[in-house]
Amino acid sequence: MTEELHDVRLSVNGVAHDARVPARRLLSDALRHDLGLTGTHVGCEHGVCGACTVLVDGRPMRSCLMFAVSAVDAEITTVEGLTEEDGSLGPVQQAFAECHGLQCGFCTPGFLTTITAGLRENPTPTHEECRDMIAGNLCRCTGYQNIVKAVERAAELVSTSSTTGGEA
Amino acid sequence: MTTKLMGTPVQRVEDQRFLRGQGRYVDDVAVGKDVLHAAVLRSPHAHARIVDIDVDEVLDLEGVHAVWTYDDLTGPMGEPLPLLIPHPALTHGRTQYALARDEVNHVGEAIAFVVADDRYVAEDAVGRIKVSYDFLPPVVGIDNARAATHLVHDDVPGNVGARLEQNVGDAPAAIARAPHRLELDLTIERSACMPMEGRGTVARWDADTNRMQVWTSTQTSTGVRAAVAVKLGLDLGQVDVITPDVGGGFGVKINHPWPEELLVPMAARALGRTVKFIEDRREHFISSAHERGQVHHVTVGFDDDGRLHGLDVEFWHDHGAYTPYGLIVPIITSTQLLGPYKPQSYRVVFESLYTNTVMVTPYRGAGRPQGCYTMERTMDAIAAYLGKDRTEVRAVNFIQPDEFPYDQGLIFQDGRELEYDSGDYPASLEKLKELVGWDDFPAFKQAMAAQGRTVGIGLACYVEGTGVGPYEGAHVHIETSGKVKVATGLTTQGQGHATVFAQLVADELGVRFEDVEVVTGDTRRMPYAVGTFASRAAVMSGSAIHLAAKRAKEKVLKIAADALEADPSDLQIVDGVVSVKGSPGTAIDLGTVSVLSNPLRYAFDEASKAATQFSVGDPGKPPVPEDEEPGLEGKDFYSPERATFASGMHAVIVETDPLTAEIKILKYAVVHDCGHLINPMIVEGQIHGGVAQGVGGALYERMAYDESGQLLNASFMDFLMPYVTEVPESIDIDHLETPSPLNPLGIKGAGEAGVIPSAAVFASAIEDAEGLPIAAMPISPSELFELRQTRKDTP
Repeated sequence: MTEELHDVRLSVNGVAHDARVPARRLLSDALRHDLGLTGTHVGCEHGVCGACTVLVDGRPMRSCLMFAVSAVDAEITTVEGLTEEDGSLGPVQQAFAECHGLQCGFCTPGFLTTITAGLRENPTPTHEECRDMIAGNLCRCTGYQNIVKAVERAAELVSTSSTTGGEA
Repeated sequence: MTTKLMGTPVQRVEDQRFLRGQGRYVDDVAVGKDVLHAAVLRSPHAHARIVDIDVDEVLDLEGVHAVWTYDDLTGPMGEPLPLLIPHPALTHGRTQYALARDEVNHVGEAIAFVVADDRYVAEDAVGRIKVSYDFLPPVVGIDNARAATHLVHDDVPGNVGARLEQNVGDAPAAIARAPHRLELDLTIERSACMPMEGRGTVARWDADTNRMQVWTSTQTSTGVRAAVAVKLGLDLGQVDVITPDVGGGFGVKINHPWPEELLVPMAARALGRTVKFIEDRREHFISSAHERGQVHHVTVGFDDDGRLHGLDVEFWHDHGAYTPYGLIVPIITSTQLLGPYKPQSYRVVFESLYTNTVMVTPYRGAGRPQGCYTMERTMDAIAAYLGKDRTEVRAVNFIQPDEFPYDQGLIFQDGRELEYDSGDYPASLEKLKELVGWDDFPAFKQAMAAQGRTVGIGLACYVEGTGVGPYEGAHVHIETSGKVKVATGLTTQGQGHATVFAQLVADELGVRFEDVEVVTGDTRRMPYAVGTFASRAAVMSGSAIHLAAKRAKEKVLKIAADALEADPSDLQIVDGVVSVKGSPGTAIDLGTVSVLSNPLRYAFDEASKAATQFSVGDPGKPPVPEDEEPGLEGKDFYSPERATFASGMHAVIVETDPLTAEIKILKYAVVHDCGHLINPMIVEGQIHGGVAQGVGGALYERMAYDESGQLLNASFMDFLMPYVTEVPESIDIDHLETPSPLNPLGIKGAGEAGVIPSAAVFASAIEDAEGLPIAAMPISPSELFELRQTRKDTP
């Protein structure tokens, strides 16, 4: 039995990638193993932990619950796409570094993408809204207190950079 | 002047790659088409004899390269996996085979190993294997294991793997003579480490150099290396084990070798291809390890002040189907149970029991949470019996600051005396009372009651033996660029070792922090190492790195003194430049010193050109004098006499909902003493994470086995790990710094501390809120609701 393969063009972080994948290939596996974008991590493969979260047309999605073939028409953003063009850290990444919002770093990419989308939707979250923003992601190392601080700090950084005219 | 970095909250260097998605975890190694992927057929039954395995249809599947069952394993691969830590009391130790031989003893035990083009095809192939079983009665839970109506292993009578008793004085006699006496039965259920990244191994056999290269998500690369060499019949020198970035460990990755850590390199050599195994989440639940399940019976005798006269503890430890990690967990419970207290006399006896469930190996805290829970529940019971404040009963039993070193008279996990090196428990308790507002709580409770709200406060104290031996080593190399390359053999799973160890080296050598690069867990760089467990990395490798940097510095000063025609004692190193104190013009860069340390002076770089102006060495002696080596390096090992004992105390205020029995955390306070802090930001991060894991273990997490040995909640949907919504909003932390006299930096371990008192502190607070005795943890809202019903129903 030969598995039928599909040619897909995935637009990831503004770059088009061509791949041949079976219909059952998960988007998470395609990103990691076919495209080599290993920043997206897989923690549970059943959509609960949130480590594999990527932005699909700007909205956070669990890439372990999507097939690669269903992502062909979308613009996908992974953690690699959150870094500024000059190589410096984006505001959410920078906030995590300042607030010690990560330890082993495995769940971190999913938090970074989730928060990036969350702050676009709500650039001035209250403390409670900062907690809500990350309430669907699991972290086993940090206890979350510093991640909440990082969300608050990221909101500050985003607002500073937008008032100074920088890219948010 | 270089500022001292020890004790400062330096931002982590490893974060730069993690935040960019450039970490290299094991599944990120060997990405692409050339790597083959493995999947494992696991037993769906808890206890069965394997009658037949039919793999005929497997190789028909396109993309499948090979399948192995037990019968295909040769030589040492066909023998049981090693029992890592034998103990005379472990009279009936048993370990599994890499692939089950003729019996499976838990759901999830590996039976067959398939290698295919990708994981999808490998799993398809696993689905084609047909196994016929003869079912055997499963033994699940401590009660059934003790009853021993059925046996897990035919040749282990009573399901008892080990029985160990220790005595200090005559506790039963002291209890009989004591003015008061209480008995308690206390249980605690299973949980598990649950790192976000499961286990995983990649191996590549290089036929050109006759070498095996293994990447594995482990807490001990040297251990895996030795195991791979022995099991595959290779010389140790042919095997390199590299620990990539590890997505959390918490204990489960110290056990080794896992079957796949041997099967993957075996397959890589057989097939001449790179092979990868990445465990999925369900596999992690049913084929890695669990911990915590114990039942305790306490008898305690005490006087009118609550002072202990004697403590007698019997407990039963559920170690699952196999005992690869020996008796470490129950030994730690039995010894660390005493915490900061003097029991006057103590008898402890445990039985370590087989069940047809996933095996037990240490999980962060490693038996201490159970011990702390048992001791602290006992303290609370004494206070309740005497009508005394819970802090008073604890205080009268504390070891006092002038009593250190204090010998508890027991043998610890490392086979050495349980002797506490330093601590100040009364000071910790004072800080904790202040931090949580202990003395103001009765008024708060009354005010809340007036609003119809129920609150309770609890506290728990612990002592944690950290930094156990036998040793760790370090190598420090100053390159001709002036950059410093440091290697230590133990591994890293998120603790920020590359940062804290660089802080130590920058301080000792007088170099810029950013010029120091630390590598951990790579046997090519440091082949002698033990591993990362028992809160030992900072103490063991930190001390070794400090000593190695000192040696490198001695060599720097010797060569620089020669070059600058000065006395070594007149030299200083600041920001990577050696100069004569008070004469800053007389100076030499570390990189140039590195050039001078090696008589082979090809002028490849600026430092080499700069070196030509200096002259070192005695022209009458060989270029490399006797007892010296070329190169600017320092290497040393640290091997302490015994563990160093950190301590701490937690307090929590909870609110329980009168209708739903939901348990809400209003305040969480921690006083922590791990001696001198290298990086307070990282220590506090460790405490935060430990507390969150503790909240999970106290209120939510359990392994829900049914009577047939099926794990019913083997997914993140059903095994309730805390999200942000379950953890305390903030944690108030105060540090006490009682330095350890045992190591050059005066440090103690901090990694496990946060999780140790959780079950104890929540039981204490919920009992205080509800006025109901809490004797079984974890406690969920529905269980609390049931307890309330039982009280109502009891006339």
